[in-house]
Amino acid sequence: MNSDLPRWATNIALPFLNLLSALFVAAAVIYLLGENPGEALGILIKSALGNAEGLGYTLFYATTFVFTGLSVSVAMQAGLFNIGSDGQMYLGGLGLTLMMLQFDGILPGWLLIPLAFIGAAVFGAAWAFLPGYLQARRGSHVVVTTIMFNFIAASLMNFIIITYLIPTGEQNPASRMFAEAAWLTRLNEWLPALGDTPLNISFLVAILCLVIYGFVVWRTRWGYALRAAGKNAHAAHYAGISMAAVIVVTMLFSGGLAGLAAVNSISGSTHYLSLNFTAGAGFVGIAVALMGRQQPIGIFLAAALFGILMQGGFDLSFEKPNIPPETFIFIQGMIILFCGAMENMYAPALSRLLKLNWRKNV
Amino acid sequence: MFDDFHFSTILIATIRNAPVLLFAAFAGVFAERSGVIDLALEGKMLASAFTAAACTYATQNPYWGVAAGIAVSCLIALLQAYVAINQRGNQLVFGIAINIAASGLTFVLAQYFFQLGGRSPDLGAARFALIEFPFAESWSSVPALNWLFGQFLGGHTILVYLAFALIPLIHWVVNHSRFGLRLRAVGENPHAADAAGINVAQTRYMALLAGGVLCSFSGAYLAIVQSGFFLRDMSAGNGFLALTALVFGNWRPLQTAAGCLMFGFFAALQIQMEGVAFPGVGQIPGSLIQMLPYIVTVIVLAGVMAKSVAPKALGTPFVKSR
Repeated sequence: MNSDLPRWATNIALPFLNLLSALFVAAAVIYLLGENPGEALGILIKSALGNAEGLGYTLFYATTFVFTGLSVSVAMQAGLFNIGSDGQMYLGGLGLTLMMLQFDGILPGWLLIPLAFIGAAVFGAAWAFLPGYLQARRGSHVVVTTIMFNFIAASLMNFIIITYLIPTGEQNPASRMFAEAAWLTRLNEWLPALGDTPLNISFLVAILCLVIYGFVVWRTRWGYALRAAGKNAHAAHYAGISMAAVIVVTMLFSGGLAGLAAVNSISGSTHYLSLNFTAGAGFVGIAVALMGRQQPIGIFLAAALFGILMQGGFDLSFEKPNIPPETFIFIQGMIILFCGAMENMYAPALSRLLKLNWRKNV
Repeated sequence: MFDDFHFSTILIATIRNAPVLLFAAFAGVFAERSGVIDLALEGKMLASAFTAAACTYATQNPYWGVAAGIAVSCLIALLQAYVAINQRGNQLVFGIAINIAASGLTFVLAQYFFQLGGRSPDLGAARFALIEFPFAESWSSVPALNWLFGQFLGGHTILVYLAFALIPLIHWVVNHSRFGLRLRAVGENPHAADAAGINVAQTRYMALLAGGVLCSFSGAYLAIVQSGFFLRDMSAGNGFLALTALVFGNWRPLQTAAGCLMFGFFAALQIQMEGVAFPGVGQIPGSLIQMLPYIVTVIVLAGVMAKSVAPKALGTPFVKSR
């Protein structure tokens, strides 16, 4: 639809305009709640970026969103809309927790931490396998099956945590805390300036995953198959690409990446598995993937934006009780609406504007 | 062994659970038979539940509450139509966006107006009156008839009767009316429909608006009838469950209604089975029974029970061929 636009316009100008529209609607809502949007933005930025500790928290939240954003993005590259990242992250948390509960008394930290990543990725991938398989072999739409798998995950985890994982004598629906050897190294051990933040080495793993994602999707044979399948399934099939294999493998990677998001939240911060610990991070991943246009840098910037909204939002709600953290769930919805569902709204106008300029120059 | 297990209670609870799903699923029938995927049922339901509760509380009249719910749900449906038809945007993404936005905004507004942690005050007396059969007293001496007329068929609110009256009505509209024929044509093959002189965009707009009205009833029912207050995220997956019933029912009104009744029955069963020990199995945890509808849907989608046949043009924006 906007193929006549130059790349900078579709990759930078349009997402920026869409984001501005979403923030404009959010500002209008904040104004209607009787608060000053400008002042709110000031508090938000000061709290999320204004000091080292705030920045640490912002990047901590962003780490989770990079993983879920990558999870949704890699599926989108193959034309699959994985709404199940939240459930896959939840199950990833279970895989990681089972590993830690089993081994945290026996193994040293340098073995436990890789095990945590592996456990989370394997369980996340396993939870995405069936929706992928059903899409590939039976044609069941992956959107509906992953939504169902989110609900099934919620009930299943409820059952597992309450029946098996609560330590005897405890009431809180959570597993026991892991031994200290299983805790992820926090970056403030190397950079004391960060202060007391849970930002940990999984941030570096997230950056590494972004780089690998960029390389694999655009520079390898498999990435080519992936993008071909996403652009035109029939053409890809005709060119000899096995659609079934692409779908299943993509969903496995997507689920694995969503599972990795659990490592940051659990091993990096709380050190135990609790009910609903994902707090909707999988859905933020959808917004991140759409806003970042599934490009590595875009995903990072979008994840950082949501990190800012999370961290700044908490502080903002203390100062302005009329703007609770839930306001940012609404903003998240608006960003998905403008950057995803109406992504090309400004394309015709922008294209007219560019043509006008071009004519003038000639 | 089944001393705590009352089948009659389950049947009555099924009737009380079903309207939420019936209204939303019929909204889905209109949207999806016209070729627009409606993942926004959940969001529309939640938004109208909040509006209905807030307006009922403000005016102390449930009818104003329902009217306000219809207005909000239709506004969202109009936006949905604009995105799906005019913008040719991604309909799935739109649904997710609205669900997330509604979940956030209803909480923020409820907190702003009522300061009760995202809950509305109890609506108390401002709810729908229960409709009793006029001759109910004369049967009351016979327990079976008393149960049948007093609790099973009678003693519900007007919305329950509306939901069940809609089952044959929607079936007729979709399968036998002029509008229904156009609706199905537009959803199966919009180009053929267009060539035959049907206005595809207008038909889809009307289908989505009809869906908006229907979906608002399910929100109003949740807030005004079932709970008597608005609660954060009170739609709790019912919109998706309705969508599930739609897939289960192969997008046909009667089968979809049967799916809704089945899921309503599961929900009632779950509450009754809580704490009941079964021979050989012991207690079945409620969270496992909660999964049943979703697992059934996945099995249906996998084509194990029956082939699911979606409208052919579902999810594809219509571009008029020149």
